[in-house]
Amino acid sequence: MTLLAPAAEPRRGARLPRAVPLAVLAALVPLAVLAALGIGAVPIAPADLLALVAARGGWGTATWADASRQDAVLFAIRLPRALFGALAGATLAGGGAAVQALFRNPLADPALIGTAAGAALGAATAVVALTPAPAWAPDWLRLAALPAAAFLGGLAATAAVYGIANRDGRTAPATLLLAGIAVNALAGAGTGLLAFAANDAQLRSLTFWTLGSLGSVTWQGLGIAAPLLVASLLGLLASARPLNLLLLGEREARHLGIDVERLQRRTVLLMALGVGAAVALSGVIAFVGLVVPHLVRLAGGPDHRVVIPGSMALGAALLVGADVAARTAVAPAELPLGVVTALVGAPFFLFLLRRARVEE
Amino acid sequence: MRPSAVILTLCAALGTGTAGAATDPPQRLVTIGGDVTEIVYALGAGDHVVGADTSSVHPPATAALPKIGYQRQLSAEGVLALRPTLILASDQAGPPAALDQLRAAGVRVDVIPTADSADGAANKIAQVAARLDRAAEGERLIAAMRGALAAAERERAVATSAPRVLFVYARAGSLAVAGRDTGPDAMIRLAGGRNAVAEIEGFKALTSEAVVAAAPDVLLMLSRGVDAAGGAAAIWTQPGLAQTPAGQARRLVVMDDLYLLGFGPRLGDAVRDLGRHLHPEVAAR
Repeated sequence: MTLLAPAAEPRRGARLPRAVPLAVLAALVPLAVLAALGIGAVPIAPADLLALVAARGGWGTATWADASRQDAVLFAIRLPRALFGALAGATLAGGGAAVQALFRNPLADPALIGTAAGAALGAATAVVALTPAPAWAPDWLRLAALPAAAFLGGLAATAAVYGIANRDGRTAPATLLLAGIAVNALAGAGTGLLAFAANDAQLRSLTFWTLGSLGSVTWQGLGIAAPLLVASLLGLLASARPLNLLLLGEREARHLGIDVERLQRRTVLLMALGVGAAVALSGVIAFVGLVVPHLVRLAGGPDHRVVIPGSMALGAALLVGADVAARTAVAPAELPLGVVTALVGAPFFLFLLRRARVEE
Repeated sequence: MRPSAVILTLCAALGTGTAGAATDPPQRLVTIGGDVTEIVYALGAGDHVVGADTSSVHPPATAALPKIGYQRQLSAEGVLALRPTLILASDQAGPPAALDQLRAAGVRVDVIPTADSADGAANKIAQVAARLDRAAEGERLIAAMRGALAAAERERAVATSAPRVLFVYARAGSLAVAGRDTGPDAMIRLAGGRNAVAEIEGFKALTSEAVVAAAPDVLLMLSRGVDAAGGAAAIWTQPGLAQTPAGQARRLVVMDDLYLLGFGPRLGDAVRDLGRHLHPEVAAR
């Protein structure tokens, strides 16, 4: 059962050097970003794209009739959106890979330990309490309230799960997952209560938020989220080697000098930080954190020095690509991004499961 | 003076000249909100509309427009792809980030305030007319709307009943009813009815027992809501509804969503039609 066995010890020798799959996956990211910049409801020819970028850099000027509109679409809408999509996809998938390793459970993903449900509860609270926003509220507060509440909700739920599962500095992965299920149910009930109390307009906002979208991403939002996302990504990358050792078993990892509790705490916190920041701006985006690490393991083996950075690269490329599809499939309207990722991700995942059963 | 400077001066003079005399509405309009779209068409500017949201379903000509999605979940780039020069949006439009992105792209975005009342409708028409430089047409439209409203009131003056009306908004698996401070409440009162759930505020999910306790004489619903619920016959199979006076008399009034709740140029006609439904003794005369 190769698909569902991240617990296998990293194999050596037989595989390609790990730089090869990583290089292939990493090459996908700039390709996806280029596609995201060039494709959309407002047509921009590749040559015009180059000219617009050059004009921004001070080389020449863009003077054709449509240039100013295309410039605005490119730099005010598509670029922050693509950059955030790449960072968010990397965080969701990288976080999923790390959490799967930590719990030695291939079904673990950031949603399972409460982060997404807590963020949804935070967002629901902001939508129901603040729509319409009080008259005294300045514009920045109206814009910041929802992402801030979602971020805090995600962190709080993760902290609650971790706090419940942690006893005397030790955390049993099974308890952590069970606590995650319970906190998920509780946060879901809270969101359900708020949906019940919501009026029609609030309910519709809430529904759209739970389906995910990158449509609200601006430079301002990216500026706030990017440092959190980058910190989370770098921290998770640094966890790759100790996570490999953890796969040998907790006791073995301790013998090899790994402070297992500290590794668990750090990984959960880094994941909650990054996923919370991503989900706060984009809403809930299904399946990336679960499916992408499995794909990378299939292509590059179970070594976390491949799985974690590889998942980040593939997650980034996939989310940016899914957003291109969401923006263009029904233009000039837009599909919810979470719908696109789940529509593509879920059947593919089922196919993988089926194949794994056959190979068994 | 150099030739280029002469040309520039000339252009500036011409520019101010034409700006002062401009009466043409902007050439490419995107309208967001069924009521706003309806007003733009009623003002005779429908030819300039290049796109609208999914709630814009009247007049029939709107069916041919590219639809930019639901008014609360707009896509900035999708709207920009229609090359609008002016976006007229109801105050329901959003999210705010999308409107900001549209403004950042250099498009004028004008938000039209809405209010569920006759004055709200008049104000809405006046605001849209002002944005389109059609103030005179706007005044005519407002006068016609107020005239139709006054005619509806005169017609209803002979009414002998004041039925208790329950507005039911059907959404998947649940019924919501409209209390105070809602569009349906305003329409029920304008048409001489009493809101059967006037003690609650806004839209609320209502249990079947509370529906029975509210004892409405008439049920008021939107045509799309009735369709979603499976037709008029299916309404009475909902728990509680059949046990009300309205259920026993099978009194169900179904009106088009935008017609009943648009609070636009057709307000007077909608009040007259609702009044005739609520007061059969008036319609019979």
